[in-house]
Amino acid sequence: MQTPAPFEYERATSVEGAIASLERLGPEARIIAGGHSLLPMMKLRLANPEHLIDINDLDELSYIREEDGEIRIGALTRHVHLLQSELLRRWYPVFAEAETVIADPVVRNRGTIGGSLCQADAAEDLSAVCSAVKARAVIRGTAGERVVSMGKFHVGPYQTAVGAGEMLTEVRLPMRPGGGSAHEKVERRAGDFAIAASSAAVWIDGGVITDVGLALSAVGPITVHVTRAEELLRGKAPSEELFAAAGEIASADCSPTADGRGPVDYKRHLAGALTKRALRRATAGALRQEA
Amino acid sequence: MQVTITVNGVPVTRDIEPRLLLVHFIRETPGLTGTHWGCDTSNCGACVVLMDDKPIKSCTQLAVMSEGHDIRTVESLEVDGRLDPVQQGFHEKHALQCGFCTPGMLMTSRALLDENPDPTDHDIRTAISGAICRCTGYQNIVAAVRWAAEHPAVEKQEV
Ligand SMILES: Cc1cc2nc3c(=O)[nH]c(=O)nc-3n(C[C@H](O)[C@H](O)[C@H](O)COP(=O)(O)OP(=O)(O)OC[C@H]3O[C@@H](n4cnc5c(N)ncnc54)[C@H](O)[C@@H]3O)c2cc1C
Ligand code: FES
Ligand code: FES
Repeated sequence: MQTPAPFEYERATSVEGAIASLERLGPEARIIAGGHSLLPMMKLRLANPEHLIDINDLDELSYIREEDGEIRIGALTRHVHLLQSELLRRWYPVFAEAETVIADPVVRNRGTIGGSLCQADAAEDLSAVCSAVKARAVIRGTAGERVVSMGKFHVGPYQTAVGAGEMLTEVRLPMRPGGGSAHEKVERRAGDFAIAASSAAVWIDGGVITDVGLALSAVGPITVHVTRAEELLRGKAPSEELFAAAGEIASADCSPTADGRGPVDYKRHLAGALTKRALRRATAGALRQEA
Repeated sequence: MQVTITVNGVPVTRDIEPRLLLVHFIRETPGLTGTHWGCDTSNCGACVVLMDDKPIKSCTQLAVMSEGHDIRTVESLEVDGRLDPVQQGFHEKHALQCGFCTPGMLMTSRALLDENPDPTDHDIRTAISGAICRCTGYQNIVAAVRWAAEHPAVEKQEV
């Protein structure tokens, strides 16, 4: 039987209260959201928090809405709601595409976007999605709020920019016209983490790629931002040759390790092939928006 | 710490350690052993119960996190000796062999039909994709859920 080691439990009744508890209890305190990454880690003693602060009652952190020209997603928003959101589907179909292949519907009833991003596991699909769409994370502490890009949010394997006495409260997505996005994932079986996955977001104006975000899951110690491919694509007219070149860069610039999910060359091959496919579909979506 | 969790409509109060998982709470205190405990890793779905009408894996939920919520287990399906349509469907379509996965399958299917009374085979397969059956090959489980969808009246008339 797998059971976590003993800990103290408290249920937060407000965001301020959760932050105050984190500050008071120090580094041995952890937030628990859906618990679908943290509890498995605690069962295996990979995480041994002394205090858990349960934020599941904080309904004020569960929303997907339009505000000040951005889409704002509360940290406690669950996978199932990301999958069902019409607003997200309209602006960023990549979310629904990723959510249909993240875990299974029962797990998706509990897991949250905040937990997924804070877990900072390179295999998380949402980390690549949020990187591709250029999301920004809102981190709140007693001293106030700061907003960081995904590149600055994930600082290392299982490490984020969320400091002591701080929590992630919101994820913000830009609402820019002419965009398309897609997620491509290969997994061993339904509901499993990726062998490799690629997320792409493309913005097109006048037949030219004005901006692009490309990120990979499960093929490096942290989410891989394929910045060299982004630079290649920006300012060019989309074409199959260009997508193939971007795929080659993705293949070269990732750093997978061999494990039960496959050898290194296979994962590199997937990174390239999936990037090409994601770019192709994201571009088609952007061109439809432009038309 | 003392918690009160409503299981099948009955409040259950007990002094527990915060680390107790919901699946063990349900099996130990009200003694409802219908909820099975399989993989322990949120992969097999044998432990699925409904929390506020939504299926969750009770091996990956602390019992304390369920305080103030309504938990429904497989024992709630049969009412006054009458089977729920999903139970009847599993019987009609021979959807179980060893029966280990069955409680989770039943609760997951019940939740699906509550939300979507006329699911396609694809909807059914998606709904149970987080539940593993080592015996049946799933074909008969899908047929059983279809049967339940086509016979909702069984429950409605007689309860
Ligand atoms: C069987 C199974 C299959 C899965 N398959 C996939 C998959 O295919 N793809 C995928 O991407 N994911 C997958 N997951 C992971 C799933 O997406 C989890 O839901 C997610 O990783 C964590 O979300 P959570 O809310 O459960 O976080 P929790 O487990 O509650 O927390 C995870 C970490 O984040 C911290 N945290 C949570 N919220 C906050 C916050 N607001 N501020 C600061 N810190 C916070 C916690 O302290 C903890 O360290 C799978 C999980 C399971 C169990
Ligand atoms: S015991 Fe909970 S999913 Fe297997
Ligand atoms: S009937 Fe044996 S595992 Fe499903």
